[in-house]
Amino acid sequence: MAKSKQELQSIATQVRRDILRMVCMAKSGHPGGSMGSTDILTSLYFNQMNQNPATWTRDGKGQDMFILSAGHMTPVYYSVLARAGYFPASELGSFRQMGTRLQGHPSVRKNLPGIFQASGSLGQGLSAACGLALGKKLDKDPNFVYCLCGDGESEEGQIWEAGMFAVFHKLDNLIAMTDWNGQQIDGPVEKVAGEGDLAAKWEAWGWKVIVADGHDFEAIAKAFELAKAGKGSGQPTMILFKTEMGHGVSFMAGTHKWHGSVPKPEQLEQALNELGETPLGDF
Amino acid sequence: MKKYTDTGKKDTRSGFGVGLLKAGQANPNVVALTADLKGSLKMDAFAAEFPERFIQCGIAEANMVGAAAGLAITGKIPFIGSFAEFVTGRVYDQIRQEVAYGCTNVKIASSHAGITLGEDGATHQTMEDIALMRALPGMVVLNPCDFNQTVQATIAAAQYNGPVYLRFGRPSVPNFTPEDEPFVIGKAIVLNEGKDVTLIATGHTVWEALLAAEALEADGISAEVINMATIKPLDQEAIVKSAKKTGAVVVAEEHNLAGGLGEAVAGVLAANFPTPVEFVNGQDKFGQSGTPSALMAAYGLDAPHIAEAAKKAVARK
Repeated sequence: MAKSKQELQSIATQVRRDILRMVCMAKSGHPGGSMGSTDILTSLYFNQMNQNPATWTRDGKGQDMFILSAGHMTPVYYSVLARAGYFPASELGSFRQMGTRLQGHPSVRKNLPGIFQASGSLGQGLSAACGLALGKKLDKDPNFVYCLCGDGESEEGQIWEAGMFAVFHKLDNLIAMTDWNGQQIDGPVEKVAGEGDLAAKWEAWGWKVIVADGHDFEAIAKAFELAKAGKGSGQPTMILFKTEMGHGVSFMAGTHKWHGSVPKPEQLEQALNELGETPLGDF
Repeated sequence: MKKYTDTGKKDTRSGFGVGLLKAGQANPNVVALTADLKGSLKMDAFAAEFPERFIQCGIAEANMVGAAAGLAITGKIPFIGSFAEFVTGRVYDQIRQEVAYGCTNVKIASSHAGITLGEDGATHQTMEDIALMRALPGMVVLNPCDFNQTVQATIAAAQYNGPVYLRFGRPSVPNFTPEDEPFVIGKAIVLNEGKDVTLIATGHTVWEALLAAEALEADGISAEVINMATIKPLDQEAIVKSAKKTGAVVVAEEHNLAGGLGEAVAGVLAANFPTPVEFVNGQDKFGQSGTPSALMAAYGLDAPHIAEAAKKAVARK
């Protein structure tokens, strides 16, 4: 059953708590982008995707599939998967530890349910998602393939190769998303690479483009509904979600400085206080 | 000594084309992708018979690797085809993450490998591809020697569950292996028994090794010839067994020394049965424009050079 906006907000708050606690326990990881895309992935897994952890298989037969192209955002990915029931939330504490299934970047070699493909080396996930979408078309499987890219990641040329391929092969079962937070490791995207107007670029590439507020659950849901309505049009969809790196915690929001940095103990305490507790409880 | 007959020169890439069609007929999950080299890879027959299962990717090899991985995850058996350099060096990281680390059942069809690509010159002549692919955990590396064996190796690659690098070439070369001999991955084939020296060859150098063995016989040297069509996993048992018998080894490959079959064989022998080994390969050089046969001679990869190396190996015993 679909979650209410309030329920989604509560889950998202718990996911942000998980992210911060995971990276602090691991003393490494990428909290900024994870917190920025938390609302998107919470909405996706709890209200949008046709997915079921109980019957999940890597081939994705009969279900929607998801690829995290920006593979460093494992904290949010693992937390959402755990909270959606793919594996026990208690396992989140093993993030990045020796022997864990929760590798720094997604791995398919650890039998972690929910992971369709390895990612981490940037710019490759959208290509894999194209292959999944094409495979579903060949199998006449009506389900969708979702893929989350970063805006910094979109500086990789392969993203645009995939963009051309998806249009040429009419992959209207592919819904790509960009976490458009305007930040990357070395600073604001415009100062690092001058990426320009992503909406105009994807439109020029022939995609259906939707721009939405990535922190407004109603706007997120509307964007997904619009994207799904594109099925049959022969055109893939790119949802550009306007987000804020580090969203949800005052001192982390809107700066690239938290891309791959870990809060100090007192900062963690302040962040958790700001977020507040949820009925789901910490892992 | 057993004599092998060339039943008519053919290119190994045409063997791939025939093998791909047969694999596609045998299994509906087989799909083929190319980056604007359908004709060069001899994929036309497959594309004509299975238009929905042929996926043109344009000149975008990196995306082709990822798309193939995605298709494999959904249960397809994708063959991606391009020139050897462009499906290895150009996309090494994509193959590493999407195929090898990602455990996807992708078959890399690598044509125009080595120096015999010929006239296009060094930008297109890779002699480093085996090294790159061998270095990847779990990657199977195949380098069949003629048309017939390439047909069979392609079928075997389709049947094998896991990543495979299948290397073949452009020029027409003697076709001499049995037409219907099933390809067994990981199994060396002893083409000729001998007692004085072992010639281990792969790909286009196998025929040259057979010619070298004939020349050596005339000089009173009995050469054992092994067709090492699987470079990884390497048939260690066959190597050690033959070295114990002959006490001298030559490894011939259309590839540079670093990371190639020669180093792999030397590693096996060093660990198990130290034996004098001589290396016939592209040394540490880039290629250049020329006809395939002129290049094979100029880079020291033909029968006379293999025979000379054999004599050196025998002298070191």
